[in-house]
Amino acid sequence: MYNKRSRFLTVMVSLGLAFFYIPLLLLVIYSFNHSKLVPVWGGWSTRWYKVLFFESPEVWSAVALSLKIAFVNATFATMLGTLAALAMVRFGRFKGRTLFGGMLVAPLVMPEVITGLSLLVFFISLQELIGWPAERGFTTITIAHITFSMAFVAVTVQARLTGMGQDLEEAAADLGAKPFKVLTAITIPRLTPALVSGWLLAFTLSLDDLVIASFVTGPGANTLPILIFSRIRLGLRPDINALATIIILVVAICVTIAALIMYRQHKRDLLDQQLAERAD
Amino acid sequence: MTDLTNSPVSATSQQDIGFLQSLAKRAQNNWRKIVILIPFVWLLFFFLFPFFIVAKISLAELAIASPPFTKLIEWTDTGVVNIRIVFDNFTYILTDNLYSNTYLNSLKISVLSTLICLLFGYPIAYGIVRSGPVMKPLLLFLVILPFWTSFLLRVYAWMGLLADQGTINNLLISVGLIDEPIRMLYTEFAVFVGIVYTYMPFMILPLYANMEKLDTSLNEAAADLGSKPTNTFFKVTLPLTIPGIIAGSLLVFIPATGEYVIPDLLGGGNVQMIGRVLFNEFSRNTDWPVASAVAIVLLFLLVVPIAVFQHYQGKENEGR
Repeated sequence: MYNKRSRFLTVMVSLGLAFFYIPLLLLVIYSFNHSKLVPVWGGWSTRWYKVLFFESPEVWSAVALSLKIAFVNATFATMLGTLAALAMVRFGRFKGRTLFGGMLVAPLVMPEVITGLSLLVFFISLQELIGWPAERGFTTITIAHITFSMAFVAVTVQARLTGMGQDLEEAAADLGAKPFKVLTAITIPRLTPALVSGWLLAFTLSLDDLVIASFVTGPGANTLPILIFSRIRLGLRPDINALATIIILVVAICVTIAALIMYRQHKRDLLDQQLAERAD
Repeated sequence: MTDLTNSPVSATSQQDIGFLQSLAKRAQNNWRKIVILIPFVWLLFFFLFPFFIVAKISLAELAIASPPFTKLIEWTDTGVVNIRIVFDNFTYILTDNLYSNTYLNSLKISVLSTLICLLFGYPIAYGIVRSGPVMKPLLLFLVILPFWTSFLLRVYAWMGLLADQGTINNLLISVGLIDEPIRMLYTEFAVFVGIVYTYMPFMILPLYANMEKLDTSLNEAAADLGSKPTNTFFKVTLPLTIPGIIAGSLLVFIPATGEYVIPDLLGGGNVQMIGRVLFNEFSRNTDWPVASAVAIVLLFLLVVPIAVFQHYQGKENEGR
């Protein structure tokens, strides 16, 4: 009886979902608008997709740069974030843990303008001091992205590490496995769903970032958000609607696949738990 | 889990690739330290250290040079060390009405947006928690999905809705409710809508995580003792969800205060927020010392909320 939703809650959830999805839906619909003026309906057409695919090479070079940065970022951020999560959850107390935990959580909420500005002045000071980085672009953006996305990976992995408990690790240790072996043979494989979602999270965060990339980029290195932003500042553009539709579609497919994998893993965990309880 | 046992190494291999092996062995023995050190050093170098440079530049003066600020410490030819620290940038920011008004306006917008997110996000999160076993993961997924799609494009979607010739105005005119379009884009209203829209998932998710752990038997006990549902909600459920409320509110409030994209795209030049002032001070005026001082003051305003957030987040992720 108490697990039922009241009518008020049902209405709120439905309104919330409508609020979330109607703007995106309209964005998609207007990408098929023939008219050059976005809000004025001129009939269905795939005109802007043609413009996007055949007449916008600068968009695709920005896409390529963004994907390259996102890929390298996600890979490094997943490694660093996982190490950080292991340190925080499984290593008990160590020197500097408070500072470490603080630095790991702060990027989650730190306003982007502050992170962007600080990294830029850092890169410039470094360049004066040791001559590296010689120019700003791919490398500096990637480093900046790793720094904030590893925090998001760490949170994801920490949640999984806390949730899955230590029973199997302890069993392996009792059977004589060394701590390092336990880590590589038991902990890391069991973390796989969290690693996948952490990697995807880092990947999308990087693809999505405008402010930090704008600060630390150099001349000529335009990521996709930088390019989109410079265009939409002046108003609505139908080709951007088409681009948005493609991005939304790709993201939706990837997230759905990841969510299904996570859901299956979650169900398997529940089953394991039930079996274990029955065995007791 | 604390013993670091040495693995036996055979005599022959020690001669051949002894160095690599001893390196590998050492890595294996000290792997805990390495696991901590790699991310630690990265964050010290690329996250903490840059703030000190910003603090340093905020105490310098604007100069026609590259980079455009004076050095704090200078060794002159005669061997005298010159130390020049100026607080002019801070006195300028704190006395100039433009800046203080902008700080206040940012805080006002982010506080109100946070409250709106809480007001609507709370029942949404509660509604999802109270759903059946099939609907629950599905609804949660539907709330998370927009969070994964591009932030910039979600803001852009609202430009199309709110513009003078936009979807909402077109709809209202065609229905006959209004004759002239209502000005919504490039107003404070648009900024509120944009912030609430993009940050709402950040409110719902921590609330959901908190509510899911609630023990429903408490509600049943309250009902058995004759408490009405509304009373039970305010006396039992609401107090228990305070950690979720705090986490969600801070996840919205802190980044929203420094927001740049939303006031720029949806507010145009009409809504002043500090993130936008900072960005412009930096990119158009290239006044780095003032931009750095603006950043430091913003950081000071947010230091307490950030510390509270860290405290709650730390508790949440405490290992066994």
